Amino acid sequence: MRLTVNGTSREVDVEPDMPLLWVLRDELGITGVKYGCGIAQCGACTVHVDGIPVRSCQLAVGDLEGAVTTIEGLGTPGSLHAVQAAWIEHQVAQCGYCQSGQIMSAAALLAENSNPSDADIDDAMSGNLCRCGTYPRIREAIKAAALTLRSA
Amino acid sequence: MGRLKTITRRSFLIGSVAIAGGVAFGAYVVATPHANPLLEAAGDGEAAITPYVLINASGITLITPRADKGQGAYSVQAALIAEELDVELDQINIDPGPPSPAYWNTALADEAAAFIVPSGGVAERTAHGVLSAVMKTIGMQITGGSTTVPDGFIKLRQAGAAARETLKMAAARETGIAMAELRTEAGRVILPDGSSLSYMELAPAAARITPPQDIALRGPSEWRLIGKPMRRIDIVAKSTGTQSYGIDHAVDGMVHAAIVLNPAQGGPMNGFDASEALAMRGVKDVLQITGGVAVIADNTWRAFQAGQAVRFDWGPAPFPATMDQHWDTLSGSFTGEFEDSRQRDDGDVDISFAEAPGLVSAEYRAPYLAHAPLEPLSAIVRIDTDAAEVWTGTQVPRFVQTNVGKIAGIDPDQVTVHALYMGGSFGHRLEDEVVKQAAEIAVKLKGTPVKLTYSREQDMTHDFPRQIAMARMRGVVRNGQVESYELGIAMPSVVMSQMGRQGMSVPGADSQIVAGAWDQPFAIPHHRVTGYRALQLAPISSWRSVGASTNGFFYNAGLDELIYEAGADPLAERIRLCNDDNARKVLEAVGEMSGWDGALGDGRGRGRGVALTQSFGVHCAEVVEVTSTEAGIRIDKVWVAAEVGTVIDPVNFDNLVKGGVIFGLGHAMNCEITYTDGIADQSNFDAFEGMRMHQCPAIEVRGLENGARVLGIGEPPVPPAAPALAGAIFAATGIRLREMPFSKFVDFA
Repeated sequence: MRLTVNGTSREVDVEPDMPLLWVLRDELGITGVKYGCGIAQCGACTVHVDGIPVRSCQLAVGDLEGAVTTIEGLGTPGSLHAVQAAWIEHQVAQCGYCQSGQIMSAAALLAENSNPSDADIDDAMSGNLCRCGTYPRIREAIKAAALTLRSA
Repeated sequence: MGRLKTITRRSFLIGSVAIAGGVAFGAYVVATPHANPLLEAAGDGEAAITPYVLINASGITLITPRADKGQGAYSVQAALIAEELDVELDQINIDPGPPSPAYWNTALADEAAAFIVPSGGVAERTAHGVLSAVMKTIGMQITGGSTTVPDGFIKLRQAGAAARETLKMAAARETGIAMAELRTEAGRVILPDGSSLSYMELAPAAARITPPQDIALRGPSEWRLIGKPMRRIDIVAKSTGTQSYGIDHAVDGMVHAAIVLNPAQGGPMNGFDASEALAMRGVKDVLQITGGVAVIADNTWRAFQAGQAVRFDWGPAPFPATMDQHWDTLSGSFTGEFEDSRQRDDGDVDISFAEAPGLVSAEYRAPYLAHAPLEPLSAIVRIDTDAAEVWTGTQVPRFVQTNVGKIAGIDPDQVTVHALYMGGSFGHRLEDEVVKQAAEIAVKLKGTPVKLTYSREQDMTHDFPRQIAMARMRGVVRNGQVESYELGIAMPSVVMSQMGRQGMSVPGADSQIVAGAWDQPFAIPHHRVTGYRALQLAPISSWRSVGASTNGFFYNAGLDELIYEAGADPLAERIRLCNDDNARKVLEAVGEMSGWDGALGDGRGRGRGVALTQSFGVHCAEVVEVTSTEAGIRIDKVWVAAEVGTVIDPVNFDNLVKGGVIFGLGHAMNCEITYTDGIADQSNFDAFEGMRMHQCPAIEVRGLENGARVLGIGEPPVPPAAPALAGAIFAATGIRLREMPFSKFVDFA
C-alpha cells in the first residue's frame, strides 16, 4: 500500500483496517503525531489529509484518500510555520504532548479563516484536549499567528 | 545527552564505589552527603565538580534530577545552577542524571512531616526526624509536592557557585593571577587583560581541586536569570513535534507489548484462552503476568487488537464492588476508632455548640479521579543476565531501579534508568506499575527490549486514582460573624496506599488526610479540624495537590455556608478572620484584581465566589465569576493571586497557575471515577472530559513575593478552584453544591 506523507511517497505492508495513526507512528517512525485516546476524543493524533484536519486514530489506512501532512511536514525548527512560531513566542507548551494536534487544528483553522473570532476558535479547537490547561495561551497564539498570516 | 548516558551506564557496571573527599561542596544540607554519582564515572579531563555540574571537553552539562512532567522543572533547575555558574541557558546541555541518593528531596521530607509544628494531639507520634532520616537513607529522589523549587533554590545555586569558584581557582593556578582579579561570564573565566579561559579548558585542572564550601550566594539585585521571563529549553521541540517522549522512544530490536489486566483492579485471573489472539497478524506471544496477560507483537496497535481477542476468567476486585459501599465506609469512619489527627482545636467547639441557638451543618463528598496525563504510560525494559536497562518517564527513578532489580534478580545498582520526557503526570508517574509489568515480560524474553504501551483504557481503569473523601461540618455564627467551625474529614490514607505498594510504611498520622484544612490562616474563635483514616478501599495515589485537592473544597465550602448564614461577605469575612499577613495580602489582591463588590447575583444570572487554600506552604486565593445561561453555567473569568516568596520565571509561573486553575475547575465540573462490580465505569475521555477550549475562562494571575520562603506553584492553584466555582454558582443560582463533580447537579455551557 502506498501513501504520501509530508510530500514523500511511502510503501507500507499493513492490514487496511490499521488506523493511519499507527501506520505513521509504528510503521513509518513519524512520532510527532500522538496517541492519546484512540476514540477521537482528544485530538492529539490530528493530521491534515489534503489540508483537512483529520483524527488519524479513526481513519483506517485503507480508507485514506489524499496526501497526509503531519506536524513534521508543517514546519521544522529551522523553518517554522507561522502557527509554530506563535506557539514558541507565547510559550504555549507545558508537557507539550497535545500540542502537535493543537497546532495542526489551529493551522487548518487559519488556512480557512485568517481572522477567527473567539467563537471560531472555540469551534475549531474544542476537540483538542489539553490536560495541562494551556488553552489561554493557545487562544493568544492563534490570534498572533492569524495576524502574522494576514500581514504576510 | 548521549555522553552522560554512556558514563552512567559504566558507573553501574563498575558498581557503587565511594569516592573519598571532594563531595561536600556546600550543595548539601546534611552533614554527610551521599557520594557524587558523577565522580564514579568521570573520565580523564572531566570535572564533576558537584553532583549537579559536569564539564568536559565537549561542553557543560547541568544535572536536573527532578523530573519534567511538563511543569518546566528542567528549565528552572538549569536556571538556578546557571545563575551562579555564570553560563547562559543556550550554552548548556541538561541531563536528568542517574538515579542516585545524592539527589534526595529534602523539601519533600518537610512536607511529609507537616505535623512537626504543633505539639500535643494524637499526631505527636509523627516525627520529622524519623521521616527525614528514612528519606535520606533511601535517597528519596522523588519529584512531587511542588518541591522542585523549594528543594533546589539554595542547593542548586550553591552547586553553581561551588563549581564557579572551583573553575576560578583552576584559572588562578594556571595563570598565576590572584582569584580576586578573575571574574566569570558566559561559561568563561575572564582575566584582567580581557582574555579568557573557557570552563571546558579548565575542567582538567578543576577536577583536581577540592571545591570551596559556604560561598555566599548572590542577592536578588545581582540575579541575571531569576525573576526574569525565560524561554523554556524544550519550547521549540514541543512546538514542532520533535520532542521525543517516553512513548516515542525506540530501542534496536525491541518488541511491542500491550497488557490486559483484570478490569476489577487488582483482582486475580483464574484462566485465559489466547488461541484467537495468537493467530492474529504480528502477534509473537501471549504471556501470563501478575493479574492478566501481556501480548507481544511487532506493532502497538496489533498488540492492542490482539489483547481484545483474549478470553478471560476473572476473579473479583479486592475492594468493595459498589460505590454505595465505598461511601458507607467513609460515612462510618467519623468515630474515635478511626481518628487519625486533630491538629487544629482552638477555643472550645463543644461548649460553643452547646450554647448556640442554631447549628449549621452539612456533608460534602469528593470522588475518585484519574490522573489521565495525555500521554499514556509506557516503559521499555531490557533484562540481561547481570544487568538491566529501563527507558521511561518517571518521578521515582530510585524505586524503578529497586523494583526492576528485584524482578530481574540482580542488584539495583546494575539497573540503568534513562529518564525520558513525560507528556504530563499529575502524580500518575509516582507509581511504577508499568515498569514492573514491562520487567515481568522482559524477564521472560531475556536480552530483548520490551516496550509496553498502555492503551488509554488500561491507563484510566488501572490508574491509582485520587482519594475518595467525605467531610462533615458543623458551625455557629453570632452577630454577623463566624464564631465556631468544626470540620471532620474521612478518607483512606493515600500515603499508606502509595507507599505500601513500595513495601514501605510511614509512621504516625497521615497529614494529607487534613492537608489544606487543618492549617489554614483563619483565626476562628472555636475551630476544630479532625482527620479520620477510613479503611483502605480502591487503591489510591497522589493526585495534583493530594489531600488538599479534596480538602480545599471541603474547608472553603463549609466556611462559605457559615459566612452566608452570618449574612457576611465571603471575601470580607475571610479577610477579617485571616491571621496571616501574607495570606491577607493574597485575599486583598484577588479582591482588588476582580473589583470585588460582593458575591450575590446581580439579577442577570451572574455570581462570584472566592476561596483561599494554603497548600505546600503557598497561600493561593481565587475569585471565580460565572453566568447562569440557558445552555448552563458559563465560567467567565478567574482571578488568582499566590504568595510564593520569589517568582523564578514569570512565564512559567503564569502558565502553571492557569493550568492549575483549569485542572481544578475541569475536574470539579464533570470528572469522577466510579466503580460497578469493582470495575471502573470511566475508561476514556468521552466519560472523563475535564475542561475544553470553549469552556475556558479568561484567567488573570498575580504572583506575590512578600514571604521569606521560595515555594513551588505546580499544585497550590488546584485546591481553591472548585470551592470558588461552587461559591459563584451558589451566588448565581442559589444552588448549594456539596459534592463533586458539580455536573451531577447543574449543567455547564
